[in-house]
Amino acid sequence: MTDAATESADTARPTALGRWMQVLRDLVRRPSGAIGVFLVTIHVIVAFISPWIVPYDFKSMDSGIILAAPTAEHWLGTDALGRDVLTRVLLGGREALWVCFLAIPLTMIWGGLAGVYLGLRGGWVDEVAMRLVDAFLSLPGILPLMVFVVVFGAGNEVLIFTLAFFFGIPVIRVARGATHDVVARDYVLAARARGHSRGSIMRRELLPNTLDVMMVEGAMRLSWMLLTFSSLSFLGFGVTPPTPDWGQMISEARVYMSLAPWGVLGPMIALSTLIIGVNLTADALAKTLGIDRTRKAVV
Amino acid sequence: MINLLLRRLALGVVTVWLVSVIIFAGMEVLPGDACTVVLERDAQGEVLENCRKNLGLDRPPLERYLSWAAGAARGDFGLSADGQTKISTEVALRVKNSILLAAGALSVGVPLAILLGVIAGLARDRFPDIFVSTAAILAMTIPEFVAATILVLVFSIWLGWLPAVVLTPADAPALEFWPEFIPAVIVLVMVMVAHIMRMVRSSVIEVMASEYVQMATLKGVPYWRIVFRHALPNALLPAINVVALTVAWLLGGVVVVEVVFNYPGIGRMTIDAISDRDLPIIQALVMLIAATYVLVNLVADLASMMLNPRLRTMKMRSK
Repeated sequence: MTDAATESADTARPTALGRWMQVLRDLVRRPSGAIGVFLVTIHVIVAFISPWIVPYDFKSMDSGIILAAPTAEHWLGTDALGRDVLTRVLLGGREALWVCFLAIPLTMIWGGLAGVYLGLRGGWVDEVAMRLVDAFLSLPGILPLMVFVVVFGAGNEVLIFTLAFFFGIPVIRVARGATHDVVARDYVLAARARGHSRGSIMRRELLPNTLDVMMVEGAMRLSWMLLTFSSLSFLGFGVTPPTPDWGQMISEARVYMSLAPWGVLGPMIALSTLIIGVNLTADALAKTLGIDRTRKAVV
Repeated sequence: MINLLLRRLALGVVTVWLVSVIIFAGMEVLPGDACTVVLERDAQGEVLENCRKNLGLDRPPLERYLSWAAGAARGDFGLSADGQTKISTEVALRVKNSILLAAGALSVGVPLAILLGVIAGLARDRFPDIFVSTAAILAMTIPEFVAATILVLVFSIWLGWLPAVVLTPADAPALEFWPEFIPAVIVLVMVMVAHIMRMVRSSVIEVMASEYVQMATLKGVPYWRIVFRHALPNALLPAINVVALTVAWLLGGVVVVEVVFNYPGIGRMTIDAISDRDLPIIQALVMLIAATYVLVNLVADLASMMLNPRLRTMKMRSK
């Protein structure tokens, strides 16, 4: 490369923020990205403003209108306790979004740092840690979460930390793999030759260069975490009543499904559109950044 | 080759051992034990002491771990928290039911997933692919309980074609679960087909773009001969590992689906045990599921090594 070329590349180098704005613009140009970002935005806006726009109090019961069909007063009908379904659907995503949006950064930070460190460190520490990761990964999905909820109660803090802990473990593997992809590159060798410490190599070389993989991973895991959260809630290990939550509403309304199918339809559509939105966004983000998630290493 | 096999086997054993330590330590650290559960939470003093003594909970943790692990290795997990039921007999029934469900889902799901994956991969970015891939994303993202609810609403309540829940007791012979387990199988097939199909699709695309397929095309080998003779055997190898993960997932108790359809398998037994805080049963089930996971993955790794000589030698060179 000539000097002039280096210089122009340097001056044209975008700031980190500028680069992500560009990624976002490319993302919404893809049909799947546009739909995904649209769905997620709608859900986030509704979650923010719903306490001020809901037509009824989510707790107020009316025994006179149990399981009522949709009417002008109750657009989505009422549930088995005579509560307005529309109100509860509008409010029902707040807990899920709140918990998962806080837990995902925690997940990616702890899993990412641990993975990058192990990838760089190698040796027996890496070997031992990876055996532990393998052991944790063989534990059956949702069960450890349920045990934690039963023991510590279903508070949001418990859910945030439990979800972040268990979701962080597979992230360690991904981050470690991503680190292995770059750790042998010239710029890391150069940093080593300059005598940089491990912390400095991690901060200045590895973290910036594994960031794309981690962003895609985080977006993908967000959709799985929302799925897990709603499953916990559906099984009765999530949000405490009477706080409305879609998973829990579906589980309650299922019982009366043959009498009042509108009770399940509202929360089902809301929950599905949110998870599909996040998933489409993650998929489009992966394509925009050129990261192929379906091609996993064999063995 | 033998060395590699032994190494892989040893890793599996180490993982299972670590799982047993994690489970045991986890149950130790979490507040409450079998006695506080049976005697209600506020039990104190002599009653609690006596109960602990009877169940041997007053012995040091290491001693209890060793006796528990020794029993578990022989398939004997002791008694449940109420001290009445033998865990292994109870679990055996549920395992049988879970295997039945898994077999049903696998026998339909795997061929279907491979077929759809190959079609989508060969027709990359054209109509069949777009249709199948979109359906797969939907099947993967829509929560199982939502899919199950829609299924019940449409086919059980509105059309009346399928039973909505399983009423057969856990100890009934396998044949009696027909046709009640069909809805559960359908939901499981939906999810697993989506995962396996995506893997097969990307693998087919990769192989079809490879140099040897290009070479065969240039030599004038007919298209379908390339597909079946050259591409598919290589493209389907990576699917072994995804299928293994699916098998482990199915055998590990599909909690949500079993709860929705009231199916008496491992999943529902686990959730009941967790609700009852029956620690011995939870320990036994988690141990069993984790060991199954390790075993299935081990078998899959060995199978892909056997079937793929290139992988075999490549690993040997790198290790």
